Amino acid sequence: MARALRLWLLLALAAAVTGWLALASGSVQVHPLDVLRLLAQPDASSDSQVLHALRLPRTLAAFGVGGLLALAGALMQVLLRNPLADPYVLGVSGGASVGALLAMLVAGSALAMQAGAFAGALATIVLVFALAQRDLSRLDTTARLDSAPRLLLTGVMLAALWSAVITVMLMLAPEARLRGMLFWLAGDLGGSEAGPWPLLLLAALLLLAWPLARELNVLLRGTAAAQALGVPVVRLRRYVYALASLATAVAVTSGGAIGFVGLVVPHALRLLIGNDQRVLLPACALAGGTLLLLADTLARTVVAPQQLPVGVITALLGVPTFIALLLHRGGRR
Amino acid sequence: MTTGKLLLEAKGLKVSAGPRTLIESLDVSVQRGELWCVLGPNGCGKTTLLHTLAGLRPAAAGTVTLKGKSLADWAPGELARQRGLLPQAQHDAFSASVTDVVLLGRHPHLGRWAWESEHDRRLAHAALKAMDLAELADHDVTTLSGGERQRVGLAALLAQDPPLLLLDEPVAHLDLHHQVTALDHLRRLARERGRAVVMSIHDLNLAARFATHVLVIGPGRHLHQGPMESTMNEVVVSAAFGHPVAAERYGNRNVFVAD
Repeated sequence: MARALRLWLLLALAAAVTGWLALASGSVQVHPLDVLRLLAQPDASSDSQVLHALRLPRTLAAFGVGGLLALAGALMQVLLRNPLADPYVLGVSGGASVGALLAMLVAGSALAMQAGAFAGALATIVLVFALAQRDLSRLDTTARLDSAPRLLLTGVMLAALWSAVITVMLMLAPEARLRGMLFWLAGDLGGSEAGPWPLLLLAALLLLAWPLARELNVLLRGTAAAQALGVPVVRLRRYVYALASLATAVAVTSGGAIGFVGLVVPHALRLLIGNDQRVLLPACALAGGTLLLLADTLARTVVAPQQLPVGVITALLGVPTFIALLLHRGGRR
Repeated sequence: MTTGKLLLEAKGLKVSAGPRTLIESLDVSVQRGELWCVLGPNGCGKTTLLHTLAGLRPAAAGTVTLKGKSLADWAPGELARQRGLLPQAQHDAFSASVTDVVLLGRHPHLGRWAWESEHDRRLAHAALKAMDLAELADHDVTTLSGGERQRVGLAALLAQDPPLLLLDEPVAHLDLHHQVTALDHLRRLARERGRAVVMSIHDLNLAARFATHVLVIGPGRHLHQGPMESTMNEVVVSAAFGHPVAAERYGNRNVFVAD
């Protein structure tokens, strides 16, 4: 417990420093000390305008989305008992993309796009749940495999379907809209108007998931073992599915299909601090938020005034780190 | 702890898997201090029976009571303090230290907000020692051999420490030495600490050596049950497995040899 607190404190500190950095840097540099002063007392200067109208909402959104993705990834991996699962494995991002692109084709406003993305994500969540319902809610402890493979396959098939639909839409889209669409598909926080909402939802979902963390540890031992230890497996599975899906839906609505955060952050943390979900879930929220915030800051500064899609940066940062971590830990065993 | 010796009682219990009826009607009562071995050929329903007795699946017909209370009436957490189940070979998708896995056995004893205490750690450590795993305590379970993993599962069950222990082929992957020491430990739990043990097992000689009672599931859903000495004989065993088995006396116990 003391170890966990120390770790969370360390991660929170890293998050604060990254946030500070993010607020100070950009096409208009704000002096780090001015950042603190202006945050406390906004004035009429242009620095203050930039800080409060642009950077603060984007910083909060980036942190919230990153935390949601990492939390969703960790939960999905437990639900499916599969270390390779990520928040999008059940097709949620595909559904959101179809909804968002459709809205872009039809209306084009940012609000319509976010509504489209959220509707697409929710539709996918409900569809996967309905299709896999029989397996999610059945408790066959004597079966050799638990029901996870079928849930996984349902999601993977749906994701494949969405990907085909997205290709068709990109082929048919007018030239002028194509760039915006590709940005969205790669994951981008530039147009996000989510502000503090992802962060608030992250806090709420973490509070809902954390009390069940020890049951999740037990669930990782398998259906029969978990049920025998008094874990209500079916109820827990549905609950976790709902939490992870909601987190993914809000993240993807706010920032597009940003990859790798949901896969890399839980994994890297597992390798570093072990697999106790009580420690891991809050750590994921903090580290995921920090990583995406860092990536987003890079995305809007490296080729400024041009911006890169943040999804590209998370991949470029996440993949080598992850491979290095895997090789390093693998060699020591 | 209740003073009654009767722990588990099944009446007219029917066990089926899908459309297949495996056991037509079973009446059995398990008392504290008893060690039951369930014997029978592959697919005769040993696993399904154990899971039904553990309350993980509903009985197709009949009733199962634990301490006089129907299994369905127990809250899951409460039930987990009364009976434990060691499932057949588990596979681990994620790394975890042996100690952490064994500590999961303490889950039913901890409140929602509680973390494992020193007491829990001591129990886990004792369980590790009993299963000869003390040296592997910090190892990653995914790097262990099949038999070692099986012992980790056993240790987790010992840490759970329920009055009724149900085990599905607990010694299947163990080497000779650990088969005997594991069963010896279970027998001591039954004899000295008033636990009851019900396990499925394929080794007739280990069953004959350690069981106080046996349940033999034969073909045609034919059941034999009772004290080991009077129930386990050539005729019953040969019929159950559909294979001639001879019994010889070795010291003061029976040894079964397949033809």
